Amino acid sequence: MQGGLRLYPLMNRLRLLSAFVALYVFWLLLSGFFTPFLMAAGAGSVVAVLWLSHRMDVIDHEGHPIHLSLRAFLSYWPWLAVEIVKSAWDVTRRVLHPALPISPTLVRFRPRQTSPLGLVIHANSITLTPGTIAIEVAAEEFLVHALSREGAAGLAGSEMDHRCEALEK
Amino acid sequence: MIDVLSAACLLAGAFFCLVGGIGLIRMPDFYTRMHAASVTETLGAGLVLLGLMLEAGPTLISVKLAMVGLLLFFASPTASHALARAALLRGVKPELADEENPSSKP
Repeated sequence: MQGGLRLYPLMNRLRLLSAFVALYVFWLLLSGFFTPFLMAAGAGSVVAVLWLSHRMDVIDHEGHPIHLSLRAFLSYWPWLAVEIVKSAWDVTRRVLHPALPISPTLVRFRPRQTSPLGLVIHANSITLTPGTIAIEVAAEEFLVHALSREGAAGLAGSEMDHRCEALEK
Repeated sequence: MIDVLSAACLLAGAFFCLVGGIGLIRMPDFYTRMHAASVTETLGAGLVLLGLMLEAGPTLISVKLAMVGLLLFFASPTASHALARAALLRGVKPELADEENPSSKP
């Protein structure tokens, strides 16, 4: 604790700075007015929000994960978008098929991620992809409801699993 | 040209929203209905937002639409997870293919 204290505040200050920039850009984009009063009001609001979140202790590696944002943005999201389109199309075909070819399945498997953030990204990605919903999320085991047997079979050790594990590093 | 692309996106988005609605009616139980609804909240909402962004062009309106999309894509899986977990904890049993109809196994 004592040894880490010297290193920690620097990363925390970086997070505060990056949170300030992100929130202020957010204010400017939402407002669209660039008069001195409104820009000062924006800065004041952002400082107030930062003060509150600092007191709530939520500007940490989970609340504001600056260590993975760029990589997630550049490689993970486009890949996830393609997966969403593919599985949404699969669910669409099943919904419109006269025989309704579904085979609902519950599957349990152990995810490869170890950090809470990695687990949440993996679980949210599973739920965001149509045809699968993560019901129980824990480091030891995921419980997932899938619309089809094929969807359930592809979950354990999937590419998504590996990609989320890679995001943690 | 942009108008045509935008109209195509909006129409496709409307189609997937409709598919979600049809699925909601056709699916047999709570969990499978959630799968149908997730077509609406991903492809349906995404394509409608994309169509509107094409129509708005590179303006602040597009930025706001993108923010709506971002919010949707972070909040909806979280809400779905909470809903499904709450249902399971309260004892809503999923109808599973293997228990219900063993003969249909491929």
